[in-house]
Amino acid sequence: MTNSTKELDKVVIKFVGDSGDGMQLTGSQFTDTSALFGNDLATYPDYPAEIRAPQGTVAGVSGFQVHIGHTRIHNPGDNPDVLVCMNAAALLANLSLIEAGKTIIVDTDSFKQRDCEKAGWEGNPLEDGTLDSYNLVEAPITSLTREALKETGMERKHVERSKNMFALGMVYFMFNRPMKYTESFLEQKFASKPDLINANKLALRAGYNFAITIEAISSTYSVAPAKMEPGVYRNIMGNVATAWGFLAASEKSGRKLFLGSYPITPASDILHELAKYKHFGCRAFQAEDEIASVCAAIGASYAGNLAITTTSGPGLALKGEAIGLAVSTELPLVIVNVQRGGPSTGLPTKTEQSDLLQALYGRNGESPVPVIAPSTPNNCFDYAFQASKIALEHMTPVLLLSDGYLGNGAGPWKIKSTAELADINPPIVEEGTENWMPFERDEKGVRGWAVPGTPGLEHRVGGLEKQNITGNVSYDPENHELMCQLRADKIEKIADFIPEQTIHGNQKGKLLVVGWGGTYGSLLDAVDSVLLEGESIGLAHFNYINPLPKNTREIFEQFEHVLVCELNLGQFVKYLGGTFQDLTFEQYNKVKGKPFGVGELTEEFRKYLK
Amino acid sequence: MAEVAEYTYKDFASDQEVRWCPGCGDYAILRAIQKALPELGRKKEDFLFISGIGCSSRFPYYMNTYGMHSLHGRAPAFATGMKIANPELSVWQITGDGDALAIGGNHFIHALRRNIDINILLFNNEIYGLTKGQFSPTSEQGIKTKSSPQGSLDTPFIPGELVLGARGRFFARVVDTDPKHMTQIFIESEQFRGTSMIEILQNCVIFNDKTHAAITARDTRDEFQLHLEHGKPMIFGKEKNKGLVLNGFKLEVVTIGENGITEEDILVHDAHEEDTTLHSMLIRMKAPEFPVALGVIRAVKGETYNNLVEEQVEQVRAASKFNNVDDLLFSGETWEIS
Repeated sequence: MTNSTKELDKVVIKFVGDSGDGMQLTGSQFTDTSALFGNDLATYPDYPAEIRAPQGTVAGVSGFQVHIGHTRIHNPGDNPDVLVCMNAAALLANLSLIEAGKTIIVDTDSFKQRDCEKAGWEGNPLEDGTLDSYNLVEAPITSLTREALKETGMERKHVERSKNMFALGMVYFMFNRPMKYTESFLEQKFASKPDLINANKLALRAGYNFAITIEAISSTYSVAPAKMEPGVYRNIMGNVATAWGFLAASEKSGRKLFLGSYPITPASDILHELAKYKHFGCRAFQAEDEIASVCAAIGASYAGNLAITTTSGPGLALKGEAIGLAVSTELPLVIVNVQRGGPSTGLPTKTEQSDLLQALYGRNGESPVPVIAPSTPNNCFDYAFQASKIALEHMTPVLLLSDGYLGNGAGPWKIKSTAELADINPPIVEEGTENWMPFERDEKGVRGWAVPGTPGLEHRVGGLEKQNITGNVSYDPENHELMCQLRADKIEKIADFIPEQTIHGNQKGKLLVVGWGGTYGSLLDAVDSVLLEGESIGLAHFNYINPLPKNTREIFEQFEHVLVCELNLGQFVKYLGGTFQDLTFEQYNKVKGKPFGVGELTEEFRKYLK
Repeated sequence: MAEVAEYTYKDFASDQEVRWCPGCGDYAILRAIQKALPELGRKKEDFLFISGIGCSSRFPYYMNTYGMHSLHGRAPAFATGMKIANPELSVWQITGDGDALAIGGNHFIHALRRNIDINILLFNNEIYGLTKGQFSPTSEQGIKTKSSPQGSLDTPFIPGELVLGARGRFFARVVDTDPKHMTQIFIESEQFRGTSMIEILQNCVIFNDKTHAAITARDTRDEFQLHLEHGKPMIFGKEKNKGLVLNGFKLEVVTIGENGITEEDILVHDAHEEDTTLHSMLIRMKAPEFPVALGVIRAVKGETYNNLVEEQVEQVRAASKFNNVDDLLFSGETWEIS
């Protein structure tokens, strides 16, 4: 029996196993249960690009890390406190992350000599002292699951698929979590297969009861609910939040939503999500390729819809020409790029921020496009909404730069009702407008949107240069320069409609840490921990990249050092350096397909604070 | 139905100067379209012309309708988005042999496969005009052009075969020298629900002049044009005494009154036949062994993609528990912190 319950402020748990072991599902069940319990949290799913990489090898290891807390949680944590390890390969791939004294739960059935050899161990880590410095919990998970499900009469391979639930049951016991949420999840997931509901529930309970019985788990842990702002919360993944932000923008603007997309990791979940919501009139069109998907979206935009297209880096490269057409025709369009490791096919399931320059400049001609980046899984909702608002009100394509870490990550979200969102007022040209010209502009530099089907406003747009105001084809050199300038000015003026940049921490002083997009959670924790040491440090984390907030220069000028941290070789820093040529920027970069760790960041910050 | 104004072809001409080469076949096609539209009983604001890149793709600028001059090869994708966004629009895609079959080959076949309700007018002059005279995917093998000075090595596409291969349901062929026939076929194509693909044998006076001359020349055209009409025998020739019969698995030209052949023996055109075998044979006929098949070769009814989309939207809407986005945001597992 257990001796005690320890109170923890926060804890990092990582589930690792073969890519067929159901680790993503196990991790998200623990996440959802903890969210409903009231913890703050952040997740980091880390899985191979192959659907079923060779079993039992390091290449096939799939992991799901979740950081839960009684305090506010901003990132999935650097190192796991508890590693739930389903096989020898998963242990090999993760052992270097675990500090001495932390807990490792292993399925001893998956550590036979052959398993260890296949994974690449010399000898058996359970027997040769490799794990002596850890709190090792040995459990024959596979055989106990088999035993627990003996009465079901199910085939062995089906029985063994439930072993992840056994492991989850053990972890639920360790962390004093109720099983009822997962039980009702299983009932819904396998509604048409009652024997699977039964088997998974049996395995879950067996794992829970096993953990009560064995003495290896000397204490259980309690992570009390976090103190969060009052409100109604839900747990939400970044890609889902992105999709919902567009649904909200469609409702607010009164424009039907059209998604043109082509499946690509890690962006496909936005397509999957929007394909469900035809109730709101959303048309999710899976096109024959990336190019067709953006072209169909521009067609829908011309026809009057809120049109979006979703992709990842390689797909953005293919869409470049069409985005240029949307720039030239001045039609609203949102392009979502859920960035992954590049160049080329790169690291499809890993996160990176290396498409910033492509987003800013990856088109022919003078082709300015607003670029916006969400910074947490749940604010993907806000920035998808904001990107739509800017696209519709300023008649321009807008690039939304999410990334794999944000898209697949999850956290609790204080739900915003649509009443709390701003209005969206696209410049629709009404029937009966006299002498309307397709390229005449309002004070924001924005042209009107005349939708096919409106009598009297018939007009043509296209990729050839347009004569100012009339929109007729024009090859006049003076006119071309004027049009390039007008299009650039229109994007610059958007700075008047976005919030000023804020600084977290010290408002002036020694070191300003600058980040953008998905690195926010790591940078925030790292800056906070250095702030606690009494250092002179602040964080300016950018969500609006083009145009930059109007006070950007002013902020930079308040600090001795400006350190730009990003998951690439230095793209934002290049952009800032080009924009503010008289200022000096330092840089800290990482391109490993992984988020920043808080530890590596604080170490870097301290170099500037000596 | 709402009252529709009486239009003439002039209502569909824009104020822009038409800038094709003098003598270009495109002029006749433009006029034939402008004459077809008033016959359709549709409001002017519901027509949308979309093109890619190429000589023919300047077309939308000359039409006083909604229109877009889009990207090289991509017009079917734009048209698809437009039609899904607003199924009430009458969407016309203007394209050429390079635009549709080279750079845009993928989008071309996928539009046909989906049977989205648009009209595709393919101006086939078997050459690249706007880039000044390179061989195209429909140029005869061996053609000498700037990019094939020793003769092209490519086997040409037969556009109609691609339509069948992509499971297209409507295919017609016309010549740019027969404006009345063009107007009539354009009307029929718009009345067909689904992707209507019309191949227009069009002459490029500058880079590939008289490429279709054998079929269109005044003195030979009767012998080399077979005007197909659904339910009518496949008869042609100046004397209206030639026809097609099946000999084994092949078509054969026969003369009525010779070798005991009567009109009863001549094949009757069935454009509505789902099976593509005979349509395929008709599409492949080439002068001088055969006449070239013109008119509506295939028109087989089927579900359109845009209608299926609308039906699915309605079904989901009727069964949905969500009335608005707030219902979705607050659905499922939520918890309250007070």
